[in-house]
Amino acid sequence: MLNISNLHVKLEEEDKQILRGVDLAIGPGEVHAIMGPNGSGKSTLSYVLSGRGGYTVTEGTATLDDVDLLGMEPEQRAAAGLFLAFQYPVEIPGVGNMTFLRTALNSQRKLRGEREISAGDFLKLVREKAKGLKIDADMLKRPVNVGFSGGEKKRNEILQMAMLEPRMCILDETDSGLDVDAMKLVADGVNALRGAGRSFLVITHYQRLLDHIAPDVVHIMAAGRIIRSGGPDLALQVENNGYADLLAGAA
Amino acid sequence: MSVARPKQDALDARLASLVVPDGFDPARASALARVRAMGLPGRRDEYWRYTDPADLNAVATPYAARSADAENEPAPFGGIDQLKIVFVDGVFDAEASDDLTLSGVEIARLSEAVDMSWAQDLYGSLEARGQTPVQRPLAAINTAFATDGVLIRVTGQAARPVSIVYTRNSETSDAMLHHCIHLDAGAELTLLESGTVAARSCSVMEVEVSAGARFHHIRTQGRDHDPRTLTHIFARLASGAMFKSFTMTANGILTRNEAVLELVGDDAVAHLAGAALGDGAFHHDDTVFVTHQGLRCESRQVFKKVLKNGAVGVFQGKILVKPGAQKTDGYQISQALLLDDDSQFLAKPELEIYADDVKCSHGSTSGAIDETALFYLRSRGVSLKAAQALLVLAFLAEAISEIADEALAEDIRSRLESWLAGHGA
Repeated sequence: MLNISNLHVKLEEEDKQILRGVDLAIGPGEVHAIMGPNGSGKSTLSYVLSGRGGYTVTEGTATLDDVDLLGMEPEQRAAAGLFLAFQYPVEIPGVGNMTFLRTALNSQRKLRGEREISAGDFLKLVREKAKGLKIDADMLKRPVNVGFSGGEKKRNEILQMAMLEPRMCILDETDSGLDVDAMKLVADGVNALRGAGRSFLVITHYQRLLDHIAPDVVHIMAAGRIIRSGGPDLALQVENNGYADLLAGAA
Repeated sequence: MSVARPKQDALDARLASLVVPDGFDPARASALARVRAMGLPGRRDEYWRYTDPADLNAVATPYAARSADAENEPAPFGGIDQLKIVFVDGVFDAEASDDLTLSGVEIARLSEAVDMSWAQDLYGSLEARGQTPVQRPLAAINTAFATDGVLIRVTGQAARPVSIVYTRNSETSDAMLHHCIHLDAGAELTLLESGTVAARSCSVMEVEVSAGARFHHIRTQGRDHDPRTLTHIFARLASGAMFKSFTMTANGILTRNEAVLELVGDDAVAHLAGAALGDGAFHHDDTVFVTHQGLRCESRQVFKKVLKNGAVGVFQGKILVKPGAQKTDGYQISQALLLDDDSQFLAKPELEIYADDVKCSHGSTSGAIDETALFYLRSRGVSLKAAQALLVLAFLAEAISEIADEALAEDIRSRLESWLAGHGA
């Protein structure tokens, strides 16, 4: 599914290396978690994979089903099946949430050479998916993320994920700013999407989210590289002892 | 008042080429006297600093080529039941126009309205009031010399919108149209205007909105590139009257839309909105003066401009709250979306308040497309072009939302989308 090899990335505007040789392979249906201290490059990895500007790849590759991701525009990556749930979902005043969802869905279909979804089918689909995430009609009508609480914004991200049905989902600190109940709701939404054909990369600071979204593999990232990989117990170890031991071990 | 010599010469030259038409005699004569006292506008006049009036003052009409863009534009307000009044290069076209009978409305051509006393009273009166405190000599020239126009008296609920359709066929036509609209107490009218008046035009519309009457005005200024267009709206609102005007402008080497609104009665409501789109040789100026005199009146100004490739947007908006106009609620926002570094927006918001219990707010911004929002949309699969168009429309949404009628709003929206699709954003 997703293969990242020796990925080196620096900031476009200044000579600052952020990623220094990331290697990561996620198979179909797998859930991987990346943990790591602030500034280790976790979010940069998610941005580079999804095609945000401001970064320069100096070395290495990233492919989704053997297709080179790094050469594609962000919208092409999305159509190829990549989805990033933002740490800070963007507010877009003036664009209705429904319009946004429908435009996104139809754009992806168009890019893949598929037919657009009819207005009726779309409405049916969005109502069904929204219900599970406790997103009411008012939230669907409002401008994208405008006036949404932290929890509502994250649920809205999961709704987009459910509507767009990507094969590779990256969750960038989806747990940040969520209370326990909201986290449970978001995790349930994610778990409902888990399946053989869909993989997840969960970026988080805390083990707590991983209680709800159980990972197959846990990676520890530090200073732009993955320094350790293991099973779910690696996350517990971080929770109990912090990163200090792992960092010392790596050095 | 005396006019400086060079200005006097320019004025004499301009007036020498014009003939005062018959009818509306005292009004035309007094307008001519106003013009002679004021002279032509110049760059040194406070409200002409950002817009050069030279092309509007010139004796000869600057040549305006016909553009393919204008030919390709779909007919505005299609699918909306309307009474059409057609002007070609500023001349009424009876054959192309509908029969001018409409329930709740009396419509006449300016040149045939000799015996209409309400029109005799209104013609030039609001324009004359609008000359203080800011002089508008070109509006007075219009009152003196306007050759055509429509007179609309609304006595009840207009059965359908009245739609003035302008087309131009000439590269050198020079038009002065003067429309008078009088809404009786409690009456309601939707007035549509569309197209390019002439190669060069100077228009005046005087609107008297009586107590409790409601006036809706939606205008699209054609997608023609070369014309020079100057419009004036002078409106007076009585108690409980409502006035709502929205203008869409796409393209145009020079467009200046002036609006002078007086909220005289209590509880009157006036909304003015505009969406302007310019790519390249585009200069668009909204100059607005709103006077609050009555109690508890509300005024809103929402002007948005999308500019690229060196396009220039100008906004000059003033709210004057007179002594005693308590509980005034005034709002003004002017914003430009600059799609590149070459375009510019010049804004001069003004508030002048002589009452102590009022709420007035104003804001003016210019900025680029939000890169974060752009990436967010693209990361969901929306193409760069579609994402830009979506964000531009979102930027314009507040202005479009001033159009109460959903079918008309949709027409404007699709017109904006079509322009954006043709201009790479």
